[in-house]
Amino acid sequence: MSIQEFIRMDGYGFYIWTSYALALIVLVANLVAPMLARKRLFREIKGAIHRDNMKNVPQA
Amino acid sequence: MWTWFHRFGSPRYFYEFSGKWAPWFGWSSLVCMLIGLYLGLFVAPPDYQQGQSYRIIFIHVPSAWMSLFVYMNMAAAALVALVWRIKVADVVVTSCAPIGASFTFLALVTGSLWGKPMWGTWWVWDARLTSELVLLFLYLGVIALRAAIEDRTDGSRAAGILALVGVVNIPIIHYSVEWWNTLHQGATVSKLDAPSIHISMLLPLLLMAVAFMLYFSMTLLLRARCEIMDRERRSRWVLEVVDGT
Amino acid sequence: MTRNGLGSVFYVVVRRDLLIALRRRNEIANPLIFFIMVGTLFALGLEPGSGLLAKMAPSVIWVAALLGALMSLHTIFRSDFADGALEQFLISGHPTSVLVAAKVVAHWLVTGLPLIAVSPLLAIMLQLPTEAIGPLLLTLLLGTPALSLIGAIGVALTVGLRSGGILLSLVVLPLYVPVLIFGAAAVETAISGLPITAHLYFLGAILLLSLTLAPFATAASLRVSVS
Repeated sequence: MSIQEFIRMDGYGFYIWTSYALALIVLVANLVAPMLARKRLFREIKGAIHRDNMKNVPQA
Repeated sequence: MWTWFHRFGSPRYFYEFSGKWAPWFGWSSLVCMLIGLYLGLFVAPPDYQQGQSYRIIFIHVPSAWMSLFVYMNMAAAALVALVWRIKVADVVVTSCAPIGASFTFLALVTGSLWGKPMWGTWWVWDARLTSELVLLFLYLGVIALRAAIEDRTDGSRAAGILALVGVVNIPIIHYSVEWWNTLHQGATVSKLDAPSIHISMLLPLLLMAVAFMLYFSMTLLLRARCEIMDRERRSRWVLEVVDGT
Repeated sequence: MTRNGLGSVFYVVVRRDLLIALRRRNEIANPLIFFIMVGTLFALGLEPGSGLLAKMAPSVIWVAALLGALMSLHTIFRSDFADGALEQFLISGHPTSVLVAAKVVAHWLVTGLPLIAVSPLLAIMLQLPTEAIGPLLLTLLLGTPALSLIGAIGVALTVGLRSGGILLSLVVLPLYVPVLIFGAAAVETAISGLPITAHLYFLGAILLLSLTLAPFATAASLRVSVS
């Protein structure tokens, strides 16, 4: 099968490749979302630690 | 034997465990997917009835299986959380919901994309698709309920109860929808059922199913550990982990 | 019936809720008016005289009944939640599921029962064949208590929340699907003259399942919401 035939898939290409593309999007999104959330969480907690440390610095 | 299981109840242990195992699940899922896709798209021949369009099943069927499996997972975790009051189980409930909803959505859309060339319409009130649609609403209800309650613990507990109520309803809904569907179709096989499936198509299908299962394990662990860290953000082990980076 | 047993507790709660509801008589009428209005809207949306209305009647009546039940659900727990009576129920020492069951019974008596009584009116408006009205009443009789019982779970889960109303619908409607399917199908089957015993058995089974499980789920949900 040539590349063009493979993509065309006997005329069903749109349906097949849209399905696979959507699957890819869903899988990547569900992978990226917790990673981003984790980065955000680290930033927040580090910020909180920083603020707590600042409070403990003796005031002049 | 139970002490091994009970360790998972400790947020800190779960955090460490998930960090170690998630990459393994992720990479093995990718390998299975690549092999499955290769077999499904290149090796398997066109179906004699449906031609090339049947290749959507390699996404559609595993998604549909996962959509149900994840719900069962969520309900089991909800039961554990309710009965034994284990925080980690609560977190699993919350983490499962969006993943399950994603799989359900994917199953619906790919089912629709499969149906259009086959039966000429974008949507058909087929028993399986209709059940999936109601399942999506059940997932969305759990997600929405959790989001609407401000207190995080209460929110997960409420979502867990809803998940359990839903799990009791799923067989009832599934049966009633199937019954409703046969009223208007006569005793025909559900349109999305393959009569019997050749090994060249079955193998990639099973591989994709395994791949999706491993993928689910990975994302569940990733989401859950993030949520756990969030909940435990005041405790010493979290501060140590964050400070250590 | 023992003086202080569960039976008298049940009776006391039902009586209390009925008295409260009867003092707010207009609240009883509202869901009924809504019920008729939904049917009217469907009729207005269709071409008059096309015969389509009569064919859709079973489904429209049942959907209207579902929506009517949904509209009236909030009365089960909201006012008690607002004035603290709900907390009193939970710490009273009586099993919460019994109290919940009593409240649901009272709720059904003032919402489901009037809806059943009004349904022949809607049936006539939607041109449902007269021989189907009896079966319609039967299905509603079996179905509306289940709607109240299942709906109570949803109300208990959302009782303190701001977005309560719409969230309640999202949570409860998927659970209503089996009742709708069997109820509407029963009326359709009755129109074609076939027996509906199977449908009634299924509706009855759903009702029994709700009767046994829903109060516990509702009680658990209340404990989360009131905490």
